[in-house]
Amino acid sequence: MATDYSKYLRMEKLPLYWCPGCGNGTVLKAMITAIDELGWNTEDIMMVSGIGCSSRATGYVDFHTIHTLHGRALPVATAIKMCHPGMHVITFSGDGDSTAIGGNHFIHACRRNIDLTVIIVDNWIYGMTGGQYSPLTPTGTKASTMPRGNIDPNFDIAELAKGAGATFVARGSVADPISLKNYIKKGLAHKGMSVIDALSNCHIQWGRRNKYGDPVKLVELIKEKTVTKTKAAKMTPEELEGKYILGILHEDKEKKEYTEAYKELVEKAQNE
Amino acid sequence: MSKAEIMNGNELVSEAAIAAGCRFYSGYPITPSSEIPEHLSKRMPEVGGVFIQYEDEIASAMAAVGASYAGYKSMTASSGPGISLKQEAIGLACMMELPLVVVNVMRGGPSTGLPTRVSQADVMQARWGTHGDHMIIAVAPETLLETYTETIRAFNMAEKYRTPVYILTDAVLAHLNGRVELPDPSELEIIERTQPTVSPDEYNPYDVEKFGDIPPLPNAENFPKYKFHMTGLNKDKTGFPTVDVAAVEADEERMINKIMNNVKDIESFEYYKMDDADLVVFAYGTNAAAARVAIDEAREAGIKVGMFRPVTVWPFPEEQVAELGKTFNNMIVTEINLGQMLYEVERVTKGNVEISTVLQAAGVPIRPQQILDKIKEVS
Ligand SMILES: Cc1ncc(C[n+]2csc(CCOP(=O)(O)OP(=O)(O)O)c2C)c(N)n1
Ligand code: SF4
Ligand SMILES: [Mg+2]
Repeated sequence: MATDYSKYLRMEKLPLYWCPGCGNGTVLKAMITAIDELGWNTEDIMMVSGIGCSSRATGYVDFHTIHTLHGRALPVATAIKMCHPGMHVITFSGDGDSTAIGGNHFIHACRRNIDLTVIIVDNWIYGMTGGQYSPLTPTGTKASTMPRGNIDPNFDIAELAKGAGATFVARGSVADPISLKNYIKKGLAHKGMSVIDALSNCHIQWGRRNKYGDPVKLVELIKEKTVTKTKAAKMTPEELEGKYILGILHEDKEKKEYTEAYKELVEKAQNE
Repeated sequence: MSKAEIMNGNELVSEAAIAAGCRFYSGYPITPSSEIPEHLSKRMPEVGGVFIQYEDEIASAMAAVGASYAGYKSMTASSGPGISLKQEAIGLACMMELPLVVVNVMRGGPSTGLPTRVSQADVMQARWGTHGDHMIIAVAPETLLETYTETIRAFNMAEKYRTPVYILTDAVLAHLNGRVELPDPSELEIIERTQPTVSPDEYNPYDVEKFGDIPPLPNAENFPKYKFHMTGLNKDKTGFPTVDVAAVEADEERMINKIMNNVKDIESFEYYKMDDADLVVFAYGTNAAAARVAIDEAREAGIKVGMFRPVTVWPFPEEQVAELGKTFNNMIVTEINLGQMLYEVERVTKGNVEISTVLQAAGVPIRPQQILDKIKEVS
């Protein structure tokens, strides 16, 4: 059955503030569809964002929403989850927000394995502030603060999340919104820290500087640069050079979730 | 019935927070404030509250803001450098109009400074540490008992005015162990945030037309029922971002005025031996205890000197200090820094009074003798 998006959106806040064709809308739609398929009530959903184009998403959805500071969605989300363990707490922020200024909070939230769903709109750039390079700007490509091409190596968000202790890690892309929706849905249902690296197009700030100013062309490029986990397993390291691997890349159902651990601590303290 | 306890200032802040209904503490350790998280890590789980030691002060301040949004009374504590890191979050609480209590066990600086030593060098950081126009409430207790009662009052004001409130203490108060007669919990006045009575559809936390200057804010129990949006961007009365000049202007003014229009309720100060005084000492926090000793000794020597002591240091007691400026010819300003509140005293007394100072920022308390010497010099 088709999703009735008006159930989940603050319709009076539309149209979206984003550039036409921006990947933010595709990722947001995937998230809403996933929530619809899970049948969750909007009263039970808390969405937290940082600052950036993608972070503006909290203004449009009819959940509990808070648009915080650049890089700081995760400490806020962690606190809210601790206060209301029964709520579904989601963060929705950019690659810069999540891995540059918010990088420290990111690894520590993963380490705690608190039950959050962290959606990173990974458009390879600081979209909102005019195309400066982020830790995800592909090496060699141009940014407004890397006019001769980026010399910085990149993070692999999935490896970072896994290494730091997250218990569900997936990567999807706006070039395959159905799979992206499925990964988000699994992440939402997972009890523990779920990270979804959502490759997205900022054709304006990254694209224009790198000959991909057309959103369709940029989504096509994302498609070329991505390969599923199954296909990747059969490829050589040379063939995988510069490719992003898609799929559910890590899942651990054993590690203790943080609000559970805290609940046990409270019981212990109260029975001393 | 009150009960006597032996506790230090940091423990008293912690216990008062619990008595005030605080059920969320987030922090990062730093001397001389670390006994607060140590104490609360034990106590919060006992009372069913949340304690988290975060990865840094930025996270801990943001978490306290998040918990307040989610309906909890929340607190974070730190000292000098850690407070600097919390500033952006404190500004967010100002803008979102969220109750928040921030304890600053002040230490010298700039930078790492004198971690273990006494200081009052953060009074201006409390006022202007976060960026942008804003008003702030700050209290500076002098004694252990006052540390307890002012912490309760800090929570009450935070809830009532939906604003961050600082508690400014120092290493002396933090680590001083003393016997304190704590008020009976049933005798404490505990203020809770006003609850919305309208249906969730009719509610937003900034609708000043419907609710007046300080709209209700859901507590933890009501939070799940009331969906609303908050942002650090300038907002209109729907709570959503705006750049409309008139809306921004009105909102900025209202946020300052919700405090300034209630100064009579927020202010707290003491006149000590002022009835017949012809010289006044301005002192606050633990430094006022030194001034008190100096004043008593000066009086024994026949000098008619008294003290004005603000307990609420922000908003600054403009009216009272302006009046002192008109009444007295001489005033001594003393503080454990190189002159911070001095600027405020100078500003509001408008040159009406001759101001002398006893200032020191060397990590040691100002001795009563130093203040006594100055009293003798100017009288
Ligand atoms: C403390 C702070 N530093 C810098 C900024 C400016 N700033 C706002 S958004 C942003 C980058 C956003 O990039 P990203 O997180 O990737 O989000 P996008 O806009 O690409 O969705 C920056 C640097 C800020 N708002 N706050
Ligand atoms: S600048 Fe980029 S990220 Fe921002 S709305 Fe436009 S396309 Fe999207
Ligand atoms: Mg980005």
